[in-house]
Amino acid sequence: MSTIANRSRKLRLTPIGRMARIEERAAYLFLLPWLIGIVIFLIGPIVASVVISLTNWNLVSEPQWVGLDNYREMLFEDRKFWQSLRVTLYYTILSVPLYLVFGLAISMLLNMRLRGMYLFRTILYLPAVISGVAVAVLWVSLLNPDLGAINQFLRWIGISNPPRWLGSPTWAVPALVLVGLWGVGGGAIIYLAGLQNIPPQLYEAADIDGAGFWQKFRHVTLPMLSPTLFFNLITGLIGAFQVFDTAFILGGSRGGTSGALNFYLINLWNEGFRSGRLGYASALAWVLVLLAGIVITITFRTSNRWVYYETEPERS
Amino acid sequence: MQTTSKGHTPLKSAQRSVTAAKIQRNVSTLLAYALVLLLCSFVLLPIGWMLTAALKPDRVPVFTVPTEWFPTIHWHWENFARTLTNPTRPFLRYMLNTLQIVVGNIIGTLFSCTLVAYAFARLRFRGSELLFNLLVITMLIPWQVLMIPQFLLFHKIGWYGTYLPLIVPSFTGNAFFIFLIRQYMRTFPRELDDAARIDGCSYWGIFRYLMLPLSAPVLAVCTVFVFLGAWNDLLGPLIYLTSGTQFTVAIGLANMVTRANTDWNLLMAANLISMIPVIIVYFVAQDKLIGGIASVGLKG
Repeated sequence: MSTIANRSRKLRLTPIGRMARIEERAAYLFLLPWLIGIVIFLIGPIVASVVISLTNWNLVSEPQWVGLDNYREMLFEDRKFWQSLRVTLYYTILSVPLYLVFGLAISMLLNMRLRGMYLFRTILYLPAVISGVAVAVLWVSLLNPDLGAINQFLRWIGISNPPRWLGSPTWAVPALVLVGLWGVGGGAIIYLAGLQNIPPQLYEAADIDGAGFWQKFRHVTLPMLSPTLFFNLITGLIGAFQVFDTAFILGGSRGGTSGALNFYLINLWNEGFRSGRLGYASALAWVLVLLAGIVITITFRTSNRWVYYETEPERS
Repeated sequence: MQTTSKGHTPLKSAQRSVTAAKIQRNVSTLLAYALVLLLCSFVLLPIGWMLTAALKPDRVPVFTVPTEWFPTIHWHWENFARTLTNPTRPFLRYMLNTLQIVVGNIIGTLFSCTLVAYAFARLRFRGSELLFNLLVITMLIPWQVLMIPQFLLFHKIGWYGTYLPLIVPSFTGNAFFIFLIRQYMRTFPRELDDAARIDGCSYWGIFRYLMLPLSAPVLAVCTVFVFLGAWNDLLGPLIYLTSGTQFTVAIGLANMVTRANTDWNLLMAANLISMIPVIIVYFVAQDKLIGGIASVGLKG
C-alpha cells in the first residue's frame, strides 16, 4: 500500500485503493476497442506514412528508398501538384467567405417568427443531408451549358452568353461553389442555434438606446455569434481542403476540362491509386496536412482578435 | 423581428410611430416571406426537375427549352423498376450492398463509441486526461494521411476487395462520436452510479442498464450521422471495392454519370433512388438531427 500511496502522491492523484483499482481496470477494459484502434489504424499508419513518403513504391516492386526526392519532385517538377494547389486555394478563397455570409444571412431569415417556418427550415436543410454524389449528379445536368436549367434561366434574365460552367477552365470552380451554395442551409442551422442563444435583453437594451437594424447586427449579433462563425470558418476551411466527391462527379476522375477541377485530393487519388505511386501520394498527403495545419493555426491565432467569448471557454 | 420600437415618446407622436412601426413590420415580414420562398424554390425546383426527368420515357429528351419543372405529362414509374433491376447496373443490388456497409458501421460505431465514451464520462482512472487529449487530437488528424498506409495494411492482410476495410475500423471507435456521447453521459447525476455501485452493480451493469438506455437520444443522433456518412461515402468504396457485384450506390452513380452517352432519365431515377433512404431518415429524425448538429456547433 505504501508504495502505491507514494507513487500516487508523485502523480498528484488521490491514493489508490482496492475499489479505485477495480474501477481503473474496468475503465481500461471499456477503452480497449479504441486503444487497439489507435495503435492499428492511427499510430501505425502515421508512422508508416512518413516512411512510405520517403520511398518509391508501387505495390508490385519492392519499396525503394529515395529520401526527400518525392518532396523535391513535387515542389520543383510536378506541374499537376501546383495546379491542384491553385485549384484548391482558388476554391477555398471563393467558397469559404461566400458560404459564411450566405449561411448567416439565411439563418437570420430563418430566425424570424414567420408562419410555416418549420417547413421552410426542413426544406432548406434538405440538400445538406443528400450526399455530395447525388447533389453533384443532379447539378451536372442543371449546369449543362446549352440546355441546362441554370443557363436557360440566365438567358431568360437577359444574359445572352452565359458561362459554359464545367466545360470552361475559368467557370468550373465557380460552378462547384454554386453547387455548394445549394447545401448552404446546413451551415445555416448551426448559425440558427447560435442566434437563438443570444439573450433577448441585449436587443431590448439596444432598442432603448435607439439602435437601428444595422447597428444591432454590427454590435450585438456579430460579436455574440463570433464563436459560431469561427466554428463554421474552421469546418469550412477543412472541408475546402478535402473536396473530392463533387469534383469527381462534376469533373470526372481526371480533374475536369484542362485540369480546372483537379483538386488536391483528386490529384492525390490519381497518383496513389491510378498511377500506383504510393510513396509519392503519401508525400502529397503530408504536404496537404502541413498546409492545412498552417492555415488553421493562423486562423486560430487571429481568432482572439475577433471571436468574443462571453465566459471563458470551459475546459473539459 | 428587431424592428419594433418601444414607445418612449410622448403620446401623440407615439401613436404615429406605432403605425409606422406596424407598416415597417408588415413590409419586412412580406420581404422575408418573399426571400424564404425564393430560397425554397431554389432547393425544390431542381428536385422537381429531377423527378420530371426520371419519369420521362427513353424517346423524350430530358433537356428541353424551356425547362420542364414539375409536374409533367409523362408518368413512367417503371423507370424506377428498370433502374433497380438494370442488368449492367443493378441499383437494387447496389442498395443492398450499401445497406450492408451502413448497418455494419452503425453496429460498430455504437458498440465501440458507447463503451469508450462511458469510460471517459463516468470512470476515474490514471491517465484519463492524457488519453482524452489524445482523443481530441485524433479528431484533428486528417484522414488523407491515413488513406494510403491503411490501404497497404488492408491490402497486406487480404481485405482488399471486401467490405471489411469499410466496416471493421468503425468497431474501434470514432473520436467525434465518442466525444459527442461522452458530453451527453457527463450530464447524468453522479449519484446514479454510486447508488448502483452500492447495490452491487458491476461497471458493465451500470453501462448496460443505466448509461445505454439513458443515452438513447444522443445514440439516435449518432446513428443518423453514421447512416448518412456511410451511405454517401464515395472515396472509401472507390479505393477498396473491385468487382461490379460489390459496388455501392455512390459508385454506381459515379460510373453512370461519367459514361459518354448517359441515359439521363434513368440516371435521374437512380439519383432519386439513392436519395430516398436519406430523405426518409431525415424526415423521421430531423428534430433530433438538427438539434444534434446545432449542439455540435455550439462547442466551437
